[in-house]
Amino acid sequence: MIIRVFLLASILVGVAWLLRTRPGGSRLAITRLAGFVLAAGAAASVVAPGLVTDAAHLVGVREGPNLILYVLVVVFVFTTIVQGMRMRELERRLAQLARAQALAGAAAAADEQQRV
Amino acid sequence: MSTPTPFERTVVVVPTYNEGAMVGTVVAELREVFPHVVCVDDGSRDDSAQAARAAGATVLRHPVNLGQGAALQTGFDYVLGRTTASHVVTFDADGQYLVADAAAMVELAVASEVDIVLGSRNLGSTEGQPVARRVLMAAALRFSRSITGIRLTDTHNGLRVLNRRAAASMNLRQHGMAHASEIESRIVGASLSWREHPVTMRYSDYSRGKGQSNLNALNILYDLAAERLGATA
Repeated sequence: MIIRVFLLASILVGVAWLLRTRPGGSRLAITRLAGFVLAAGAAASVVAPGLVTDAAHLVGVREGPNLILYVLVVVFVFTTIVQGMRMRELERRLAQLARAQALAGAAAAADEQQRV
Repeated sequence: MSTPTPFERTVVVVPTYNEGAMVGTVVAELREVFPHVVCVDDGSRDDSAQAARAAGATVLRHPVNLGQGAALQTGFDYVLGRTTASHVVTFDADGQYLVADAAAMVELAVASEVDIVLGSRNLGSTEGQPVARRVLMAAALRFSRSITGIRLTDTHNGLRVLNRRAAASMNLRQHGMAHASEIESRIVGASLSWREHPVTMRYSDYSRGKGQSNLNALNILYDLAAERLGATA
């Protein structure tokens, strides 16, 4: 079935792409573009539900809602990975900030001692 | 003024998180040998900072809790940036380690001129270690040997002596407990020379209660895997 190849390949390619590129302008642009495509697809499926079924048949899925579920699973995996990476980056920055404050506090305490 | 002794040229870094009951005693014991003790208070909610300061330690305070790895890195940054110490000792605040072992390890580091001396409970003796923990540590040791390729006899032992070169190579990114694996991989990455030294561990009711749960090994594995996958980014 085409859908299996499509799903597995999209997960693998997506994960590899996420891990091998630097977060930045072009990645953000592609992510946003994918978001728009998804939104357009969602709108199309509302306007013409038959389209989803046609698309499902095209890739070898029996029913339209199944295709939607599969696509959502892929989207969920991506979102989870992106959020996880963003969280790690934030934690790294938080650590740098806390560290800078701890060291500044120590310097202030040392100055205080010298003055006394 | 006489030449400073190796102990006077050493800073002991004690990561501290809610150890108010113990840290004062630990610092006081350390200060009998090492004049320079730095407690990195990792956002404790108890009186750890005051207890440490009262016992004569310099206290660096994280405004929020970050994890032991982050606390150690703050200690390293402090030693490298604010002192001229030749060596830094990492020492736990829960009283598991003996000051005599730390002193012997500093002497070994100075005499042998290796970059890093690691404490090993398997070369020394361990008192009161639960069986489950022993089994887990054996598995962890095999795992870490296969990952890093260096033949340590113990892993995730918190007692270490680093010279300035070793401390500068650390740059720990693992803020939680996986930092111990990270330190071992830095030894390989930065081609640090290393030795092991037997240490005695005292597993008391207090340290068992305060220490990590065995299940935390899963978190360490996860953190390491995430780091490894993300390393290409």
